[in-house]
Amino acid sequence: MALLDLPLKRKLAKQDQPEDALTGTPVSRFSRHLILCLVGLVMLYPLMWLISSSMKPSNDIFRQLGLWPENWDFSNYAQGWTALDQPFHVYLINSMIVVIFSIIGNIFSCALAAYAFARMEFTGRKLFFALMLGTLMLPGHVLLVPQYIIFSQLGWLDTYLPLIVPNFMATNAFFIFLMVQFMKSLPKELDDAAQIDGCGPFRTFIRVILPLCVPAMATTAIFTFISTWNEFFGPLLYIQNQDLYTVPLALRAFMDSEGQSMWGPMFAMSVVSIAPIIGFFIAGQKYLINGIATTGLK
Amino acid sequence: MTVLTKQPPGAPTSAAAGGTPRIRPSRRRKQRSGYLFLLPWFLGMLFTVIPFFASLYLAFTDYNLFTEPNFVGLANFQAMFEDPRLIQSLKVTFIYTFVSVPISLAVALLVALVLNRGLQGLSIYRSVYYLPSLLGGSVAIVMLWRYIFGNDGIVNGFLGIFGIQGPAWVTDPQFSLSTLIVLNVWTFGSPMVIFLAGLRQVPGMYYEAASIDGASKWRQFRSITLPLISPIIFFNLIMQLIGSFQTFTQGYVMSGGTGGPADSTLFYNLYLYQKGFTEFEMGYASAMAWLLLMIIAIFTAINFIASKFWVFYDN
Repeated sequence: MALLDLPLKRKLAKQDQPEDALTGTPVSRFSRHLILCLVGLVMLYPLMWLISSSMKPSNDIFRQLGLWPENWDFSNYAQGWTALDQPFHVYLINSMIVVIFSIIGNIFSCALAAYAFARMEFTGRKLFFALMLGTLMLPGHVLLVPQYIIFSQLGWLDTYLPLIVPNFMATNAFFIFLMVQFMKSLPKELDDAAQIDGCGPFRTFIRVILPLCVPAMATTAIFTFISTWNEFFGPLLYIQNQDLYTVPLALRAFMDSEGQSMWGPMFAMSVVSIAPIIGFFIAGQKYLINGIATTGLK
Repeated sequence: MTVLTKQPPGAPTSAAAGGTPRIRPSRRRKQRSGYLFLLPWFLGMLFTVIPFFASLYLAFTDYNLFTEPNFVGLANFQAMFEDPRLIQSLKVTFIYTFVSVPISLAVALLVALVLNRGLQGLSIYRSVYYLPSLLGGSVAIVMLWRYIFGNDGIVNGFLGIFGIQGPAWVTDPQFSLSTLIVLNVWTFGSPMVIFLAGLRQVPGMYYEAASIDGASKWRQFRSITLPLISPIIFFNLIMQLIGSFQTFTQGYVMSGGTGGPADSTLFYNLYLYQKGFTEFEMGYASAMAWLLLMIIAIFTAINFIASKFWVFYDN
């Protein structure tokens, strides 16, 4: 079992270890820390201000630049939760449904395709691979109108199917590429050994390769989570029924209807909407950072 | 049976093994299972290729979702060149792209360089700078931006400390786009992480050798770092360009879907959405999509050609 997480660990070690020892004089190091901290503070300030404003009475929000609320007010959360047609957890659950199925679809279909590209030999492999990389650069809006027509002909408008089903068809070239890169780093002897033991390609994939690809699958899952959770355009296009709104649509509706008068509750729901992303980021940042680092390098 | 005859001569045949015949994966079977693994992807490609050509066809029609499309030749493309809102949306998208992409790449590279020089707490800084890039496209943050840059928002509040009367950032057409440029620069973390990973791969001995030869830090950066990470600069440039040409959510949420004030945040894709899905001029919207595709293709091609002169590949 120790072998299983080896490739990732090696990569992580490479990433996190400073190659050279601390450089520069203590003074120059201190000033660099100072600058980096200041930049970090400026970057995080909007987020911290959002969180703190969500706990202030609406009247206080714009008068205070500071982050510590003078008057604590948690009623924003209760008020925001029930401000729309449905309580806010309905939208959270809706988003969750789309996210979970998108993750399953992406992992399943992209891993299959990646295994074929990384390990198998068949006519046209190079051509298909090039085609796959080409779709990476294809702007999605070129496909928009015909895909919308197809989905509406299928009667899929106002369902989550247009948001979920494409993920089961390996349409996300980025994740295929990520997994191909990862699978190529696994020793080929594993496949040979499995084959000698009598495994067909499918069993080799399920029993040997897939368990080793857990880090790449985790990266895929986290990226899918974040992009689907934030996704605004697809739901805007396909979901009209307010009861089916995902979180971004609900927030948008909030802003349109109440935004001018209820800053506090709106900020509270904004915090609720980005909290899962921040949570997943903290839990899975190694996978995330490695994921985008490896795709950029190869 | 053809499967068996294809076996290499040295391989034990099932007949010789005596027991139940077991066909070892031959070339052809391997071929077949390769395609089997790619089955979902093939379906996805059908779902990409067919709409791709369908939208090319629709670009030459007056399709409106409710009646049959009529072929109208180049009428949509002619109409585009006389459509002031289309010209405006191109202008907005170009300004946004050509201002925010170079700035965010420069900031990303600069911060990555500072971070890379053996500093404690690297992973904490990296996380802090990376986090905004996950949030920049979310409705919550664009909404937040609207209020940060609002009349009584914290930006003007901060300027007020120094006695500066800040403009009405969001409602003044002169400034509204700049708030979104700031938002895009705020998300420099993802190219930065890629830069960092690239910088780690530059062998430290190059710098040692250079400093023994008396090369200054700036000289080392110009002659070692820059050439060696130029493929990564190139990659980031391409991806950022393609991404920001397609900006939608930021303009939509900032302006409540209108692209206002005075069309100053009317991004190309926002206008495409308005044409296709609120006015249902789907033929025109398809033509717009193809124009954008061609623009992106031209810029990517220019980049690839230009890269021959400035991108350095090791092999």
